[in-house]
Amino acid sequence: MSRVHDMGGRFGDGPVVPEPQDALVFDESWHGRALAVTLACGALGRWNLDISRHARESLSPKDYMRFSYYEKWLAGLADLLVSRGVVTEEELAGGVVSRSNLAERVLRTDAVAGVLAKGGPADRPGPAPAFAVGQRVRTRHPARNVFVPGGHTRLPGYAAGVEGTVLRCHGAHVLPDSHAHDLGEQPEPLYTVVFDAGALWGAPERAGDEVTCDLWQSYLEPL
Amino acid sequence: MPHDHHDHDHPHALLPPDPALRVKALESLLTAKGLIDPAALDVIIDTYAHKIGPQNGARVVARAWADPGFREALLEDATAVVSKLGFYGRQGEHIVAVENTDDVHNVVVCTLCSCYPWPLLGIPPGWYKSDAYRARVVREPRAVLAEFGVTLPEGQSVRVWDSTAEVRYLVIPQRPEGTEGWDEEALLPLITRDSMIGTGLAKAPA
Repeated sequence: MSRVHDMGGRFGDGPVVPEPQDALVFDESWHGRALAVTLACGALGRWNLDISRHARESLSPKDYMRFSYYEKWLAGLADLLVSRGVVTEEELAGGVVSRSNLAERVLRTDAVAGVLAKGGPADRPGPAPAFAVGQRVRTRHPARNVFVPGGHTRLPGYAAGVEGTVLRCHGAHVLPDSHAHDLGEQPEPLYTVVFDAGALWGAPERAGDEVTCDLWQSYLEPL
Repeated sequence: MPHDHHDHDHPHALLPPDPALRVKALESLLTAKGLIDPAALDVIIDTYAHKIGPQNGARVVARAWADPGFREALLEDATAVVSKLGFYGRQGEHIVAVENTDDVHNVVVCTLCSCYPWPLLGIPPGWYKSDAYRARVVREPRAVLAEFGVTLPEGQSVRVWDSTAEVRYLVIPQRPEGTEGWDEEALLPLITRDSMIGTGLAKAPA
């Protein structure tokens, strides 16, 4: 059921190699351009954050693993621009370019600070929480999108079908599983659920260590 | 077959393979269509390269160390508290501060992508977005911390926060010993970016 991006707990990756803490934010100039062009296109309003995450997750595993971080962003962006009808494949391939009827929405320099400062909060009015802090719950198994086969979800595979404890409730938040597929926001209570490392991994690195995930109510059932 | 190493089912395969040329091609196309203003891209890059970064998070931590009332409010509702300091914004709409103690050490990750508290820490470093960190820190946090040169006492448990929703986590590192009575400005240089992710500790006073 899983997609390539869902890699928490995977074996086989080598050591983490930390860069110096004072390394450049964008170590190649195209990295900054890739980030900026992605944010500027997002401001056109033709997709939301969940749709853009799903676009990156939908890269073929071969591409996902081969691409560096910002290459994934660029590939996801190019695919979205076409699938959302913003540019044509002919234009992307270097053909004749026609002006877009979305041009009036272009992000101008004087609007950048406001757009970045405004953000995009995900909390919404919604149903009251069904679970209380301290309550035991079990996560959905397998981790999947119940609306769309192979669709976007934020329950990591490693935390599927595992028992945990509600640590916090964040109120109702936009449900990514629907929002990523143009099925509306369908806000649901969002919880931080804490799992014992032993429940997740069988043999934990140290007994008593824990992992938390932020999970929507429909991902959970009471115990 | 100039692009035969890309997946042909996806439109992105139509772009040049070299990433720097890819972004240039996209930027030219979108500019010609009237959909981006290249000068606005410069403003975005300048914002994250120079204006928004870990100095913001360090300010929050230093104040939490120096001011017990501020610390309490931060742990209660970090979004409200950091908003007052001007640190609200994109990828920081719902902030939770988690405090390291003698009993627990907190570490933040996003196993599914690269979620990170931008208004407090800026754009995440490469290692945070790497497969190795995303795959391993949830399963073997102590081995990963060792690769950062951090060894925790056996009595201190680890809690790894996987950022799977729009909540963004800021770790409040433990205040180093020997800083009793120090004010916010004196404490500030001890707070590193990695100490606010949980892969580092605050610096000891020189």
